[in-house]
Amino acid sequence: MADAPTAPGAATLDARAHAWERVRHARDVKRPHTLELLRLMATDVVELHGDRLFRDDPAIVAGFARLDGRPIVFVGQQKGAETEENIRRNFGMPHPEGYRKGMRLFALAERLGIPVVTFVDTPGAFPGPASEERGVAESIARSIAMLTRLRVPVVVVITGEGGSGGALALAAGDVVIALENAIYSVISPEGCASILWRTADAAQEAAVAMRLTAGEQVALGIVDEVVPEPGAGAQDDPAETARRLKPAIVAQLDRLAGFEIDELLDARYARYRAMGAFATAQPTGAPRPERPGIAERLRTLFEIGRITLGGPEPAPLRPQAADETDEPPLREEI
Amino acid sequence: MPIKLPFRPRGGEFPPDLWTRCPSCGDMLYNKQLEKNLRVCPKCGHHFRLRVDARLAHLLDEGSFEERDADLESVDPLAFVDQKPYPERLAAAKVTTGLRDAALWGTGRIAGQRVALCVMDFAFMGGSMGSVVGEKVTRAAEHALDERIPLIVVSASGGARMQEGTLALMQLAKTCAAIARLAEEGVPYVSVMTDPTTGGVFASYAALGDVNLAEPNALIGFAGARVAAGTIAESLPPGFQRAEFLLEHGFVDQVVPRHELRDRLALLLGYLRPAEERVGARAAAGDGVSGLGGFNPLGFLAGGGERETGRG
Repeated sequence: MADAPTAPGAATLDARAHAWERVRHARDVKRPHTLELLRLMATDVVELHGDRLFRDDPAIVAGFARLDGRPIVFVGQQKGAETEENIRRNFGMPHPEGYRKGMRLFALAERLGIPVVTFVDTPGAFPGPASEERGVAESIARSIAMLTRLRVPVVVVITGEGGSGGALALAAGDVVIALENAIYSVISPEGCASILWRTADAAQEAAVAMRLTAGEQVALGIVDEVVPEPGAGAQDDPAETARRLKPAIVAQLDRLAGFEIDELLDARYARYRAMGAFATAQPTGAPRPERPGIAERLRTLFEIGRITLGGPEPAPLRPQAADETDEPPLREEI
Repeated sequence: MPIKLPFRPRGGEFPPDLWTRCPSCGDMLYNKQLEKNLRVCPKCGHHFRLRVDARLAHLLDEGSFEERDADLESVDPLAFVDQKPYPERLAAAKVTTGLRDAALWGTGRIAGQRVALCVMDFAFMGGSMGSVVGEKVTRAAEHALDERIPLIVVSASGGARMQEGTLALMQLAKTCAAIARLAEEGVPYVSVMTDPTTGGVFASYAALGDVNLAEPNALIGFAGARVAAGTIAESLPPGFQRAEFLLEHGFVDQVVPRHELRDRLALLLGYLRPAEERVGARAAAGDGVSGLGGFNPLGFLAGGGERETGRG
């Protein structure tokens, strides 16, 4: 590879510093969050509470607002500005009831014909037992599915951390805007590092490898537009940040209002339909051998030999058949 | 360095290519017998993971499977390098599994009823979902919509494939959109969750079945148990994130032992008929197929045109 780093997994210092600075900015507690941004750029903000099923999740805020007079339904994650509020807001990590509150508001927006603007800023959905018990994965899946078919325009703004499925639950829309220092990733850099590098210390490397900055996400076609932040970052001047963000959202709302809704839904479907990169294999050769060849079998034997000799890998706890599949060959999973 | 060929690495009483120890009851199982028993421990009922070919052979009528899009292959869009470059990991997984990626899809019959079926294989990079898996699930769903036949997805996955970054994350949106359209158009979808179904796969198409089935004791959850325990610094309840736990909490309709899965699916498919087919069959007085072909006002939605965009 032309741009390969010097050693496997070692990104250049520059790249690491650049990516990690974005991560630090995106997580800065002083950064304006959903309600602060709305207070600065919207009028007539009315927050609505509760999912009508279990409770109100303070990690997601939702309601009505006006941007230059245009009504919107907003839904967004909400972090706190200091420790006490952050604990109440669960550091912006929603439980399933938060996403279900969002869905309640999406349905309301559709009935009223009001466009939706979502604000994404979360390390991820809350991973604790309470969250699992109440079906956080189901709530995320349903929220994504609902947004992809919602019969009003959906504008997504990534304001800080776009952490995995917990972010995407609010981020499937017609257009995705990101603030300059926002990040978007499939797993946190720390999580990625602890799985692929076996230590969370490699988080900076993982941040580079995952291409999580807003600019890189534009290159991948996942973010459509980046709004520059003032000074060293949005935390320095929230008012100016909101002043720059508002016209970007309003312009998108006006543009999307010009489409027939079915046209918009087809375009939204096509947008996500086209995401992903794959190739079509050459039809030559035998791609799926019925049995491993002799070389492969020997390699497997040597591999087991290395393990029994006390290599770096822990020895398997039970005898392993050549075709044993109950242990993963690699640990890729999240 | 001396090379020791481990023909009998552990005392040698049970050669590992012939015997497997059941992790649940500790019994030594003769591999051939285990395969014959659908890789379910005959003593304690522990469900071992099933490879994709064995799964297809078990679920579908003999000779009815027609694989589609077998030629799709992962690429390395991010030039991702951790301790090992992503293409090397892919190549290694291809060699050890004989598969091109972690999912297959095609059409087939279950007790004579035609379905679109997508099956995942955990042996390929932990069943992780990258662009190829997302694409195959989506194409299976679009085909089910096109042909108006039920969709079945058998999941086995650790989640999204990190090496494809947010492109892997976007597969959640792509598959959810396709499943949402199926629901809108009245084409039923059954999700079968096997050990493990976690992370991004559980948080997208696996959770969205009209009927959700799970194999006994399968690990099904959003976050890894280690993550959950670490985050809250408390021990987890017994049976946490297991199939029975999900049944109890209302996210799975039934926990079905592997031996009963095929019959249970056949039974369900008797009820899960695509809406229009039912209407069409009534209108055309028994000639459901021609009734179907004559009236499909939204067929253009699922046409080839949109599928082309995925190849770009």
